[in-house]
Amino acid sequence: MNVADWVVLLGTIVGIAAYGAWRTRHVRSLNTYLRGNASTGWGTIGLSVMATQASAITFLSLPGQGFESGIGFVQNYFGLPLALIVVSAVFLPMYRRLNVYTAYEFLGQRFDEKTRLLGAGLFLLQRGLAAGVTIYAPAIIISTVLGWPLNLVIVFSGLLVIVYTVTGGSEAVALTHKWQMAVISAGMVTAMAVLLLRLPDGLGFSGAAHVAGALGKLHAVDFSLDPSRRYTVWTGVFGGLFLSLSYFGTDQSQVQRYIGGASLREGRLGLMFNAVLKIPMQFVILLLGALLFVFYQFAPHPVFFNQAEWRRHAEDSRFRAIEAQHASALALSQSAIRAWLQARAADDAGREASARTAMIAAGDRIREVRAEAKAALAAADPRAKTQDSDYVFITFILTQLPHGAVGLLVAVMFASALSSKAAELAALGTTTTIDFWRHFRPLAAADEARNVRVARRFTALWGVLAVAFALFAGFAENLIESINILGSIFYGVLLGLFVVAFFFRRVGGPAVCLAAVTAQALVIVMYFSLNIGYLWYNLIGCAACIAFSVALQTLLPPRARAGEGRAG
Amino acid sequence: MTPALRPDEPSETEPPGVPGFRTWRGLYLFVFGWFVLVVILLGVFTGIFA
Repeated sequence: MNVADWVVLLGTIVGIAAYGAWRTRHVRSLNTYLRGNASTGWGTIGLSVMATQASAITFLSLPGQGFESGIGFVQNYFGLPLALIVVSAVFLPMYRRLNVYTAYEFLGQRFDEKTRLLGAGLFLLQRGLAAGVTIYAPAIIISTVLGWPLNLVIVFSGLLVIVYTVTGGSEAVALTHKWQMAVISAGMVTAMAVLLLRLPDGLGFSGAAHVAGALGKLHAVDFSLDPSRRYTVWTGVFGGLFLSLSYFGTDQSQVQRYIGGASLREGRLGLMFNAVLKIPMQFVILLLGALLFVFYQFAPHPVFFNQAEWRRHAEDSRFRAIEAQHASALALSQSAIRAWLQARAADDAGREASARTAMIAAGDRIREVRAEAKAALAAADPRAKTQDSDYVFITFILTQLPHGAVGLLVAVMFASALSSKAAELAALGTTTTIDFWRHFRPLAAADEARNVRVARRFTALWGVLAVAFALFAGFAENLIESINILGSIFYGVLLGLFVVAFFFRRVGGPAVCLAAVTAQALVIVMYFSLNIGYLWYNLIGCAACIAFSVALQTLLPPRARAGEGRAG
Repeated sequence: MTPALRPDEPSETEPPGVPGFRTWRGLYLFVFGWFVLVVILLGVFTGIFA
């Protein structure tokens, strides 16, 4: 990175944070602090919902997923538009009608305080754990490739987000989200344009897409019914529906983005904005990864993209031999791809089929060498990080983009990290204040200034805890999956609580509370004992919570069913 | 502490105010149709390139 990169990076990231803090420095109203500006329109809400979900992990890991496994991960988002329709039609009107600050207040009104605390507690547990990951995940990658101290990156990004989130609360979060999304969009468009321009002469998008497709990277949809496959249309539509319904309908970091705003209409249109754009957006990012794969078939690249990790261990001759094998496999693959492209252009079906077989064999050979490299790393050090897909895109950025654009793309990583982090901190602070602090100090609820002060302190506290967690904990290697797995374990049951609240009016608080605890225990036991795609745990947790609730409502003695048929 | 019901909330049947859509149901059907179209297009994309 040179001076131009630094100017772009610091100008955008620090500039947006400072602007957000300065513009919202006078926020004194609890409503504005927790729900945002009351005149917020659907565009800001839509961008804020999008920025909350699009963490740095999205922009680091997704292209890596496309590079390594192809674009099939896009199916993970198939349930999202359907879930957003349900949230817009059922959840949002109820939250606005009851005028709640958090989704869990609704549980308190529908069932009882115990169930509200359980829902809020599940959220704090899940989101609090993920909060450390969302700071650590981009920090470890950025610090590794740029050679910056990891702790410095964690503390810098953590402090930056704490300052403006604590200052302006939800209003600052929404305000900064708009500008952060502008930076993210500009950066990703730049990266795609540079990638297309850097493809070999004569290949172009169409040729690159055909190569990627022939090498198995463009299977966007898979209708297989095999439950052990992680990404199919069915896991996406059903598992993804439940994951998205839980995330958008019951996770306070999202609920807080859309319950404010000028009217119900603005919130609904903001959600529909995401329902329309999310799948195409994720598709483009994954496609970028698949095209990166083709680009690296023609450009020299390391056998293992996390070069810092590789250099730490690759000292003996075995590693040199693997690098030599990779170079020769790559040369073989290049000539096989060119032969296939020539056969296609000549419209010679027989030659094309044999060239295709040779190209696939050459691709398999590269995969074998890369697997060998990872095995060698693991043999040299069992604690070595053997996944490198998260480093593919950042390597491309640093080695292929012109100066200025490098700074912009690193700014994309920081902007996305800060945007999701800010929404998380605001939600954690709000839930702790409204659902816990005010629960145990009901008399303090009328003192608005004190409530804002307490919300600021809790937001800051969660920020400091997340930074500390990121500083002192190690995390799973594949970052995007680790967050999704964590979410899938807790979200299903949380969603079950809300589904029972909305649609099973005869079930009361005692039954649903006991059912949720039992269902959560069941999901955790199943996760550690079964080998099924993790998205299914959203469905299992939700279904178990509903089934246990209905069963317990019937089985519990009449006195224990108190709370039946309350508001809702 | 339970907040009061919002007295100022417009009716949930308020039209979406999007040209071409008079009801929310119509808008939801459009979004659902868009989703189906995107899945079909992804299937076509897979068929062409994979």
